[in-house]
Amino acid sequence: MERVARASSLLPLSIFLGAVFLVPHTAAGEAYRWVYPWIPGLGVNLSFLLDGLSVLFALIISGVGFFVTLYAVDYLHGHRHTGRFFLFLHLFMLSMLGLVSADNVLALFVFWELTTIFSYLLIGFEHESAESRKSARQALLVTGAGGLALLVGFLLLGIAAGTYEISRMVPMAASLQEHPFYGAILAMLLLGAFTKSAQFPFHFWLPNAMAAPTPVSAFLHSATMVKAGIYLLARFHPVLSGSAAWTATLILVGAATAVMGAFTALGQSDLKKILAYTTVSALGIMTMFLGGQLAPSLMAAMTFLLVHAIYKSALFLVAGIIDYQTGTRQLEKLSGLARSMPVTALGAFAACFSMAGFPLFFGFVGKEIMYKGALAETMMPNLTASAAVLANGLMTAVAGIFLIGPFLTGPARHGEPGAEACGSMCSGPLILGGIGIFFGIVPEFVGSYLVSPAVASFHAHMERVKLELFHGINTPLVLSAVTLSLGAILYLSRKRVNRAVCRSYQAIGLDGSRVYDRVIEGVAAVGRLQNRLLQNGSLHRYFAVVVASFVLLTGYSYLSGVQALPDIGAPGLATRQWLLLLVLLAAVGAVVVTRSVLLAICALGVVGAGIAMIFLAHGAPDLALTQLLVETLTVIIVSVILLRLPGLGGAGRKSRARKSFDAALALSVGALMTTLALAMLSSPLDRSVTAFYEQSSYLAAHGRNIVNVILVDFRSLDTLGEIIVVATAGLAGFALIHRRRGRS
Amino acid sequence: MSPVLVLPIVLPFAVAAATLWFRDDPRRQNRMAILGSLLHLAACSLLFIRVVRGGMQTMQVGGWEAPFGITLAADHLSVVMIMVTAVLGLAVTIYSRAEIDEELLRSGYHPLLYILLGGVCGAFLTGDLFNLYVWFEVMLMASFGLLVLGREKRQFDGGVKYVMINLFATLLFIAGVGLLYGMTGTLNLADLHLAVQEVDNQALLAAVAAIFMTAFGIKAGLFPLFFWLPASYHTPPAAVSAILAGLLTKVGVYALIRLFSLVFIFDVAYTHGLLLVAGVITMFTGVLGAAANNEFRRILSVHIISQVGYMVLGLALFTPLALAGAVFYLLHNMIVKANLFLISGLSARISGSFELKKLGGLYRDHRYVALLFFISAFSLAGFPPLSGFWAKLLLVRAGLETGAYWAAAAAVVVGLLTTYSMTKIWGEAFWKPSPERSESSEGKDPTGKPDMWMLLPISGLAGLTLIIGLVPGPFLEVAERAAHELTHPQIYVNAVLGGK
Repeated sequence: MERVARASSLLPLSIFLGAVFLVPHTAAGEAYRWVYPWIPGLGVNLSFLLDGLSVLFALIISGVGFFVTLYAVDYLHGHRHTGRFFLFLHLFMLSMLGLVSADNVLALFVFWELTTIFSYLLIGFEHESAESRKSARQALLVTGAGGLALLVGFLLLGIAAGTYEISRMVPMAASLQEHPFYGAILAMLLLGAFTKSAQFPFHFWLPNAMAAPTPVSAFLHSATMVKAGIYLLARFHPVLSGSAAWTATLILVGAATAVMGAFTALGQSDLKKILAYTTVSALGIMTMFLGGQLAPSLMAAMTFLLVHAIYKSALFLVAGIIDYQTGTRQLEKLSGLARSMPVTALGAFAACFSMAGFPLFFGFVGKEIMYKGALAETMMPNLTASAAVLANGLMTAVAGIFLIGPFLTGPARHGEPGAEACGSMCSGPLILGGIGIFFGIVPEFVGSYLVSPAVASFHAHMERVKLELFHGINTPLVLSAVTLSLGAILYLSRKRVNRAVCRSYQAIGLDGSRVYDRVIEGVAAVGRLQNRLLQNGSLHRYFAVVVASFVLLTGYSYLSGVQALPDIGAPGLATRQWLLLLVLLAAVGAVVVTRSVLLAICALGVVGAGIAMIFLAHGAPDLALTQLLVETLTVIIVSVILLRLPGLGGAGRKSRARKSFDAALALSVGALMTTLALAMLSSPLDRSVTAFYEQSSYLAAHGRNIVNVILVDFRSLDTLGEIIVVATAGLAGFALIHRRRGRS
Repeated sequence: MSPVLVLPIVLPFAVAAATLWFRDDPRRQNRMAILGSLLHLAACSLLFIRVVRGGMQTMQVGGWEAPFGITLAADHLSVVMIMVTAVLGLAVTIYSRAEIDEELLRSGYHPLLYILLGGVCGAFLTGDLFNLYVWFEVMLMASFGLLVLGREKRQFDGGVKYVMINLFATLLFIAGVGLLYGMTGTLNLADLHLAVQEVDNQALLAAVAAIFMTAFGIKAGLFPLFFWLPASYHTPPAAVSAILAGLLTKVGVYALIRLFSLVFIFDVAYTHGLLLVAGVITMFTGVLGAAANNEFRRILSVHIISQVGYMVLGLALFTPLALAGAVFYLLHNMIVKANLFLISGLSARISGSFELKKLGGLYRDHRYVALLFFISAFSLAGFPPLSGFWAKLLLVRAGLETGAYWAAAAAVVVGLLTTYSMTKIWGEAFWKPSPERSESSEGKDPTGKPDMWMLLPISGLAGLTLIIGLVPGPFLEVAERAAHELTHPQIYVNAVLGGK
């Protein structure tokens, strides 16, 4: 199994090489589109568009995917479910690649949800731990909720644009932004992007998702899946951006997320939680810069995307190695790792320096362009710049915490001073860290081949913005210096800062996680309440509701349209008919009043016989005979079954109020049905069908008795059905009695 | 006149008679039932192909011209429904081989099951209102028999609630038939379409429509008429739960769709407006009721209600897209829902309980069962690319296109709440370690191994779900054709009355 798993790394590797092959083409501004009609009737096509943006994402996904796969083989060594793990991992990767290359929004959505599903399965990979299960479900429900909003947004977009292809929406941007749906579309898309990319206040699922095995955290929850929201914002930038709503929302939400995430990261003691919160912060920064309208801001967002993917996946892999080798991820238990794990430490240093943004590391380039971008914007440049400085300063401090405590201080205090991990595990962080340095030295190359083409795919008026190692002494450089010193100060006063942060959190009392818990419990509570009110097990209650709904619905439908109630008048009945009616009424009364089952059955029999009499009086002797027969049989069968079965229960005494309610309900049913019947009788019957029967029963069907001919010829299928009903009733009744005998 | 229309109805009755004849020979009964269900599937497929190739098929039973005799009429909606019925019949019959014990077989399990199937097909194919009533009676008796066959007190308790409330529905149905006949003098659905347009008394017509809405609403499990369903569906053997869950409420939905697209379209704003409100409330009621439950089958049962809401929503929006959505939803949901019940039975066979508390460890030890459940559950929750997603997509889009934004929003939110329940089952029954295992080292579970006769039909249905999800095009096309016929009632009328 392990050999298969290791060989499966060829999948991401070959995709990576394919993407590398495309780089020169996309850098030249080419784009590849490929369409396979999936459901043409709905406008759903598997259409893919490979441009600079897609290729940048594809490189990150497959590149990190390759290292993570190799790493996970050793990380999961001997685990029971290795096969499932790699299956989910690769399926996730393919879904993610589909997401970043789909041109049809509904196809994009399919991939979007697939990543959610595989993220669910991977977070819950250690499924026997209750915490994993809870975190997995939380991530699924939060991102799933956003996903559904996204679906609505896409459908509205489809209605407004008349197409689901993104490439065809771009030219319509101006008219789309004037469409009445624009506000709703924007809100829905942003909800989808913000939940997926863990923006405040939906960010809480991401730190909890750290319950996943570390390779998963490195891959899904820092480098790829959480960037899907960022991808969405970039992809729809040409379609939806430009309005004040877009810019303001993205900048404010992004800034809040960036600062909040970084502050929270400072106070964590679990290595993975630290990384999770800095990821939240980084995602905030990207969102903030995607709120911008000009090339430098967008360059900053895409550069930082790449910067972050490289150093953060490296750091996650480092955290995983530390956990694997020493058995803990707690800061206070770790020390002296630089000596016991020199190779890992090297990777960690490179990654952390990039995160802190030291010159010569890729992170420095990312930071410079960030400040340049922020200051170039017209809307809220100062806010953006200060949020960026603050978040970056905090991340510098966090980089210090990650490095200095565990790696540099003292000798290994830990019992087993964790030996160095095997080659395939620590090669990941080492190579990724190396890339961070390499990119930091040749930023022009990265800028022109990876970042600029990506930005050009969603920002048409691309004035050339170069990524450079040294821009000369200007405001961004000053801000970089400020950031580093701020980072140093924050590192030194981290305990005090953390206390202040905790206090302010308590003061605000805002915690998405707690809101989530409350919603989850609330749903169940509402359900329980509803079941208590409605589904309480009492047949009487059920009947009351059903009958009352019938009366209200039918009564309202009739009365709201009726001009005049049907004329009741005094029916001209003969004395014996009055007598019959009296008997019938008395029998009905007996059924209602009596407490004896047997008496009730007999009284019902009287009602049936009375109706047979009415048939007889109206000249339908066959019908009367049938009715009598059926009635007799019914009485016998029902008595036999009911008397053999234990009591139905629930026949206890009822309160007077309940009795009068029941009586009123019953009477209103009777009144309603009588009114309707009278109304129906007030207009003459269309006799064309009846006339046909009278005419043809002898001539065509060769029967003198019309009723018989109807039963056995004209409507013989009904008769067949009714015979089956009777037979089935016999069968069911037999089964009921039969088993009773068998048991007693 | 083509006997193809009769076979789907008559074949099950023949199987019922044959299995009744051999009621003391359970092994032969099983073989006959499986053979019979295969034949039934073939008969239904034949009719399906006829309709897809040649359009609507009709037959005048006994050669009596419509509207004087009884007409059987198969349009796309009908044949979709009987195809699913036949597939579910086959799946459940195979499954029963493993689940249903000899005692039940001797008390008439197969005859009742096949009478039910025949009745359901009759309801889907008839073109006559009174004949529809007869098939409803057949279904009611057979399903009651199946519910109480297991000779347990709680089954009897549930069965009584089931039969009482449904009898009331049947009573309303026949009262409605009587009133409508009195007003129009005809029972033929196509003829009724024409005759209802001649009725002067609109108030009475509205009242009759309300009576039918209530009657079929009870059958379908609409709010606030659904009480019989959660009271009874979790009590019989899983095979019975599956067939009832897959078919019965859907016959109610079918009847609503049929009558409220062919006969009662005199005031769509009023009638379908009512259906819209009822549908949305039903969606919420069902999903919330499920959230509060902690038993595998109870959760599934209450969810049926919620999904009926979706189907009625499609009818209520009453556009071609919405109706196609309703038909697609029916097709998807009948398969998935029945399959989930079958899986619940299999899980209970493995772990010995339907209680989530007592279940566990299925993901660890039975990955294939876990996969099958996952496909069905996430399809139910509407995740792409599974069948439920397309069903939901059609309805949400139809809602947005008609401006019923709150209905579309409800469909989306209810989808999320469905995920809530499905992940609860997944987390508890599949991911959670088995409570048995932690107490005594290696399982002393009832049987421990999934039975091939159970896995086979479950795999088949899950495979079907996957196919519908991955290649929805052809299924969608059939649904769209059904919707086209439903929105153009003259097609039905011409086919039945010969274009008079």
